[in-house]
Amino acid sequence: MRQALSKNENMTELAIDTENLTKEYPYGFLHLKKKASLEGLNMQVETGEVFGFIGPNGAGKSTTIKLLLRLIFPTAGSARILGKPIGDIDMHRDIGYLPEQPYFYDYLTAEELLDYLARFHDLTAADRKARIQRMLKKVGLETAKKIQLRKYSKGMLQRVGLAQAILHDPKVVILDEPMSGLDPVGRREVRDIILELKRDGKTVLFSTHILSDAEMLCDRVGVIVGGKLRGVGAPEQIVDMKSQGMEILFELPGQSTTPLLSKATRTGDRYRLQVPEEEIYGAIDQLRAAGARILSVVEMKATLEEYFMNLVEADRAQAAAVEVSGK
Amino acid sequence: MKRIAVVALNTFREAVRDRVLYNLVFFALVMMAASILAGQISIGIEQTVIVTLGLSAISVIGLLISVFIGVGLVSKEMDKRTLYALLAKPVRRWEFLLGKFGGLVLTLAVNTAAMGMGLFLALLYAKQTLERGDATVFVAVYFIWLKLALVVALALLFSCFTTPLLAILFTAGLYVVGLYVQELRDLPKGVMSPGMAAFTKWLSYLLPNFENFNVMALAAHGRQVPGAFIVQNTLYAVVYCTLVLTTAVAVFSKRNLK
Repeated sequence: MRQALSKNENMTELAIDTENLTKEYPYGFLHLKKKASLEGLNMQVETGEVFGFIGPNGAGKSTTIKLLLRLIFPTAGSARILGKPIGDIDMHRDIGYLPEQPYFYDYLTAEELLDYLARFHDLTAADRKARIQRMLKKVGLETAKKIQLRKYSKGMLQRVGLAQAILHDPKVVILDEPMSGLDPVGRREVRDIILELKRDGKTVLFSTHILSDAEMLCDRVGVIVGGKLRGVGAPEQIVDMKSQGMEILFELPGQSTTPLLSKATRTGDRYRLQVPEEEIYGAIDQLRAAGARILSVVEMKATLEEYFMNLVEADRAQAAAVEVSGK
Repeated sequence: MKRIAVVALNTFREAVRDRVLYNLVFFALVMMAASILAGQISIGIEQTVIVTLGLSAISVIGLLISVFIGVGLVSKEMDKRTLYALLAKPVRRWEFLLGKFGGLVLTLAVNTAAMGMGLFLALLYAKQTLERGDATVFVAVYFIWLKLALVVALALLFSCFTTPLLAILFTAGLYVVGLYVQELRDLPKGVMSPGMAAFTKWLSYLLPNFENFNVMALAAHGRQVPGAFIVQNTLYAVVYCTLVLTTAVAVFSKRNLK
């Protein structure tokens, strides 16, 4: 399993390496029952790659991240970051972390918060000051730096959170749902920052349930569902790359008609027709004969989203089956 | 040490920016002003009335701050998850905990010193002269501060493993019990079974003895406090705080955050 999940064996040094990482939470009146939030996670993130951790809510993404940062402790298993055990405090010098839905001290301004958190790193006062100004500019909070965080919107807090995560120039950046709470402009800016980190040779692990972001940014993704890692690889690798047919987008003028219309989906003045690959030319000929104006022809591939949804549905079906059988 | 100081100074800054704190200190100063009035109608015992009322106000306000802010020191950070970004930095949990403790104890030092100075000025205004014994007011304020540090340590310990409400109840409960430790020691051992006698004896040493820090009567009558007693109380507070904080660190270091 471990070998199967590793990308390949000739890879460089691992930035993050987990081995059988497991987290169980006790529940029930006397805490005698246990529910696994994460089951035997074996995951490797290479140095310099952008790794997307995707899964539905409650899948175990945040649990994994919190385990890596020792905010919670594993029931079993171990993990290393940059070759150091996660219990080693020195490891924290080289990592940056953005918590999910970050919340910071109300009474501080963005500038003060960054200064406070930067003081835990070995930076000179002048260096600290320069970095803070640079970061505030980078995340678009230069004009709001003197405002107390209690007056910040969710998106602005997310930006401050990102700034504190990368302020000390860490080698590994762990971002828990970095796009959450951001408007399209903010999401774009975060994407740009992640790409910039990658260009600078940093390792980025981020969790998300926004699959388009993962497809766009990640070298590899890990799909986690129900506390189990279900697949790791490049987005185009883990989904089935075989063509699933062709889609024709066309307009049909006036009273024209064609038998193919019964198979097409209409959106406004436009039609969308999905046909098997071998029938594409026949369909185009028929549409042209009917006077249709063909706008585009694209190959249909399974998306990461479909792959993801299949896994979620399979997991739910399995859970339901277990419940029915009473096991 | 540097990291503890960074957390402590931020805790101090948080307290300084908290309006509730100013309200409490303002209330204490009003109490002292009122004590002057009360003193003026208490013929012959002005000093007793002013000092007793003033020290009581400092103690009560300090206790409110210690218990409520003390319990919130860690629980608020866990609840609001402000702790997450911080613990991702190269800072150990015990450093965070000691920093929080140090920050509030520093805040209390400034507050009790300010209130103590207010009391001293009220006393000076009422008496118009100063005697050597009046300095006992400062010793009494120092003892209140030591007591408050102990209360903060207990509040911090309880907040590490239980809900804020229970932590407040436990801390307040232990404080009240701690005022009667001497009574526990004075129980007639002769009528007890040997097991019970040993239990009450050990319990009386295990519980924090808050009554030891009360020198209000001496201060109210302008009598001096022996130097050895000051040293003894200081050592007691330091040792007890160390034990409580060590336990708190042990609990907090293993605690899973939400």
